[in-house]
This record gives sequence, structure tokens and C-alpha cells, in this order.
Amino acid sequence: MMLFKALNGFGEYCQFLWTTFGVPEKWREFFKRYTNEIYKLGIDSIPLILIVSVFIGALCTILIKLNINNPMLPRYAVGMTTREIILLEFSSSILCLILSGKIGSNIASEIGTMRVTEQIDALDIMGINSANFLAMPKILGLITILPVLVIICMFTSLLGGYGVCVLTGIVDVDTYLYGIQTMFIEWYVWFALIKSLFFAFIISSISAYYGYTVSGGSVEVGKASTNAVVMSNIMILVVDVILTKLLLQ
Amino acid sequence: MIEVKNIKKSFQDGDSMRQVLFGINAKFYDGKTNLIIGQSGSGKTVLVKNIVGLFQPDEGEILYDGRDITKMDKKQLKELRKEIGMLFQGSALFDSETVMGNVMFPLKMFSSMTPEEQMERAQFCIDRVNLTGSENKFPSELSGGMQKRAAIARAIALNPKYLFCDEPNSGLDPKTSIVIDELLSDITHEYGITTIINTHDMNSVMGIGENIIFVNKGHLGWNGTKEEIYDQDNDDLNNFVYATDLFRDVRKYRLVHGYTRTIPEHK
Repeated sequence: MMLFKALNGFGEYCQFLWTTFGVPEKWREFFKRYTNEIYKLGIDSIPLILIVSVFIGALCTILIKLNINNPMLPRYAVGMTTREIILLEFSSSILCLILSGKIGSNIASEIGTMRVTEQIDALDIMGINSANFLAMPKILGLITILPVLVIICMFTSLLGGYGVCVLTGIVDVDTYLYGIQTMFIEWYVWFALIKSLFFAFIISSISAYYGYTVSGGSVEVGKASTNAVVMSNIMILVVDVILTKLLLQ
Repeated sequence: MIEVKNIKKSFQDGDSMRQVLFGINAKFYDGKTNLIIGQSGSGKTVLVKNIVGLFQPDEGEILYDGRDITKMDKKQLKELRKEIGMLFQGSALFDSETVMGNVMFPLKMFSSMTPEEQMERAQFCIDRVNLTGSENKFPSELSGGMQKRAAIARAIALNPKYLFCDEPNSGLDPKTSIVIDELLSDITHEYGITTIINTHDMNSVMGIGENIIFVNKGHLGWNGTKEEIYDQDNDDLNNFVYATDLFRDVRKYRLVHGYTRTIPEHK
């Protein structure tokens, strides 16, 4: 029964995506909404990203220093390991898990409220493809802006590590800077950016689907918002494992 | 004119199917306020949603001036929808847009007007529903009656041939309800629109009902005019019409003074 329900849900999700990706009714209106979504979903998230990444970068540096305090390891290993963790996992996967809470619930509750207040029916009655009109600018907007946010996150996390070195002297600043530059593999940055494209699609499309298919009232909108975040997180983790296996091995 | 022929509709209810409409036939005339009345849960909204194409009926035909909506492909349906305006129960105004933005929305999406012409047309519609001065207000800043008027302005922006209203008076005080009813009636006559109003408000029925369709438990219970509604012997309709004290008084008056088409003023 649960399997049937899951398959049914997946089928509905695919159908929703099929309806969503079409030629917009008016390109001008689409670009207006697209840029608006980039601002709303992306630019508005920058303060959160800055705060989270600075602290995570600082924490990574402290914890790595404490855990690899071994004379056999070079001192620059702290900076290097911090960089690898940030590039490979934190800046894309963990950041997207955090953002799915903010952006996913925002998308699901906005579209869900439009559904229960008949605003989506109003669009349908006018002859507008409501899924395309509402969801496509959000999906494409997030796909556009998330890699930029990932890059910001990489820099600020490393800056967090630098800050903790300057403030506490846990690691010598020059050693840290040497560590974050040594044995740098450029592909890891591309790897994080590629992952972020997939995660952007997962967060925006799943949340839009849950919002779009709400029926009932405000309680259901709340449930849809929660379900959207939970499902986005699960899918991010599943896809993270698959992409890591495919792109790094 | 819109004509519905033998419309049947059922929904999945757990493991079984629950039939809501049992073969309804009705005609909705041009330039008239056509009212669909009936108790809550009688199938009025389902009937309206079938007519506008939000639901697909299980059986039957829905003819818009001879064009069957049930047999239309997506492109034809899209074209037809440009001729339809709808006023929703909760107004369904876009929260993120001002009154002007809401009214201009269909014009921006479907008309070939210049931005200045769109603005002019939107202003005309806003003035027509007496909302002048509220152009830059957001829906959350408007009263219920003003939201309904803004929604009417949006619905008529593209000069629709067909106007649907789902319980336009719900949540409004009697005085504001009359304003909305009169506005809908005036617009209908002014532009010759086929207006279909889904309501259970007897004041609206007696105020603007030119063609009344009574839906009872998914069946067509009765069809007539507001003048005929008092002089019929349909028990279900009588139970509906005379449910309030006001209309019971009217009935007593008519029984005492004989059947007359003059309806006394309620004091």
C-alpha cells in the first residue's frame, strides 16, 4: 500500500513537472517573475548563508585542529582538511539541507496558500498554465542563483576558519593560508557547483509540487510545507550519494 | 447562451465512488443573471466547476454558444477561457499585487494593448466598480466588499462573454451584498454578458434572479424566474425558500392577501 502510494506520488510529481516545463504565456512576464524569484529565493538568503558558513568554517577549523593533533601530520593539514570538507560537502550538500528549510517551506507555503485561496483556480480560469506560471520561474531562478550562493558559502566558510585562526591563534595564520591552498583540486569546486544545480532543482520542484497539490485549508498548507522540506532533504541526501559516487570515483 | 445537457459527475470517496450530479439539464441566457441556488452540499459548486472546465464531467455536454467544452482540446479551451471571467467565493485576488496590478493582470497576459492602454482599461474597470482611489492598495488592505468589487473589476477587464460568480455575497453584510448584486446585474445588462451566479442567498435570488436553477441533491429541482418562485408547489424548493423568518412572513402575507406579484417591503 505504501509502495503504491509512493509510486502514485512520484507519478503525480512527474506529471506536474511535465505541465510545468512549457513555453511561458508571456516571456516578459516570465522574466519579471524569474528575476524576482532570484532575488527572493537567492539574494534574500545571503545573510543566513553568511552567518551559517562563517560559524561552520570556524567550527571545522577548531574541531579538525583538536582531532588531528598528531606530530606525524603537517600543521597545514588543518587548513587543507577544512577546505576539503567545505568544498566537497558543506558548501553544497549541508548548505542545501539548510536552505531547503528556508526556501522549500517558502515555496510550498506560498503556492499552497494560493491553492487554498483559489488564486491558482483563478489563473486556470483565465487560461494560464498555472504550474508553468508559478513554478517554472522559481525552479529556474533557484537553479541560477544557488551555484552563486555555494561560491559565497565557500569563501565565507574559509574566511570563518581564517577568523578563528586570527582571533584564537589555534593555528598559525600563514600555515592555515598555506593549508587551504596546498594540493588544491579545481574539480572539487566544479563538483560542488554541479551538485548545487541538482539540489536547486530538487528543492524548488519538490516544494512547488507539494504546494501546488495542497487541498484543504491552512493546516494542510503547514503539512505540505513540512513534507516538502522533509522530502527535499531525503532526496538531497540520496542524490548526494549518487553524484559523489559518479563524479568522484 | 450556455447549455448543459445531462451532466453527471462523481468523485472517489475512499474505495467507492460518490455521485454528486445526476444528469442536470439547464440553460443560461445571454444578458441575464442566471442563478444556481440550492442548499450547501447540493452540488452547485461542482456544477459551476464543471461548466467552467475546472472539473471534467463523467457524462454530458456543456455548450458555450454551441461549442462543447467537454470535447475541446487544450488550445480551444485556452481560447474559450479568454471569454470567461470568474468571481471566486474568497475573491482570489493575487496577494502580491495591488488592485491595479490585479485588474491589469489579464490585460498584461492576453491583450495586445500598450501599457498605457492597459492602464486606461484597468482604471475604467476600477471606476466602474466604484473603487476609485484604491488602485494602489493591496488586497489585505481592503474590506470584504471592496475585495469582491476588485475581483469583479478583474473579471470584466477582458470584456468576457461569460461571467461566473461563486457565492459572491458570502461573508458580506446585507447592505454590501445588495451593492454587489446590483453591480453584477448592471454589468450583465450593460455588456450583455451571460452571468451565472452560484448562491444560497435568497435576497440575491429575489433581487436579481432572472433565470433561477434550483439544484437539489445533485438533480435539477426547479427552473424559473424570481416572479415564479413564490407560486410553485415544489416541496424541496419551498423548504429552501421559506427557511428564513423573512420569507415565511412573505409567504403568510401572500396566503392572506392572495397570490400577487407585488412583494411587500420588509420592515
